[in-house]
Amino acid sequence: MNSVLVLTTMLVFATMVLALIRALRGPTIYDRILAVNVFGTKTVLVVALISLLKGHSDLVDVALVYALINFIAIVAVLKLVKMGDLGEAGEGDITDG
Amino acid sequence: MVETAIDILSWVLLLGGGAFGVLGGLGLVRFPDFYTRLHAAGVTDTLCALMIILGLILQAGFSILTVKLALILLFLLFTAPTASHALARAAIVDGVAPDIGKAKRETSSSNT
Repeated sequence: MNSVLVLTTMLVFATMVLALIRALRGPTIYDRILAVNVFGTKTVLVVALISLLKGHSDLVDVALVYALINFIAIVAVLKLVKMGDLGEAGEGDITDG
Repeated sequence: MVETAIDILSWVLLLGGGAFGVLGGLGLVRFPDFYTRLHAAGVTDTLCALMIILGLILQAGFSILTVKLALILLFLLFTAPTASHALARAAIVDGVAPDIGKAKRETSSSNT
């Protein structure tokens, strides 16, 4: 059972490496944001996996908070890149459709 | 007997989720333009998180840990499609053109 958890963690780590490759290469800024989004989701999974692997059930709270902060960060970075300002609203805003 | 069945089901879910994660990562690296990469990452991200967390729930048994894992799953299932949608919308408004392929482009230019 432990070895299955370790193997799954390794697979998730491999995905994180691939996402990092895309984040470094990405031709547009949106490729980089997408790769960071994937990286953040996989971080949540790794923290949840490690909490069961080591029996530290407190770590699941960290994963829970990370899942929420990751989403807020992605939308905030997207808005900052798109509009150049977090407070401004205008034509083609990501939040108006 | 039942415990063995639950264990095997959870191993299948965990390893399947990991495999989907790697497939999504490969798509993220190898696909030709932003929208296909968004498809690979967005679709497999949701499925990978779903399968891995369901596998962990089966491992954890019935406790407060199960509730927390289910909450993580709920948040991920809400936020991953929303983030994908916001990314696609921002890119299309910003004028990132989809790569429609060489043959298609030649026929459309000869028609007009």
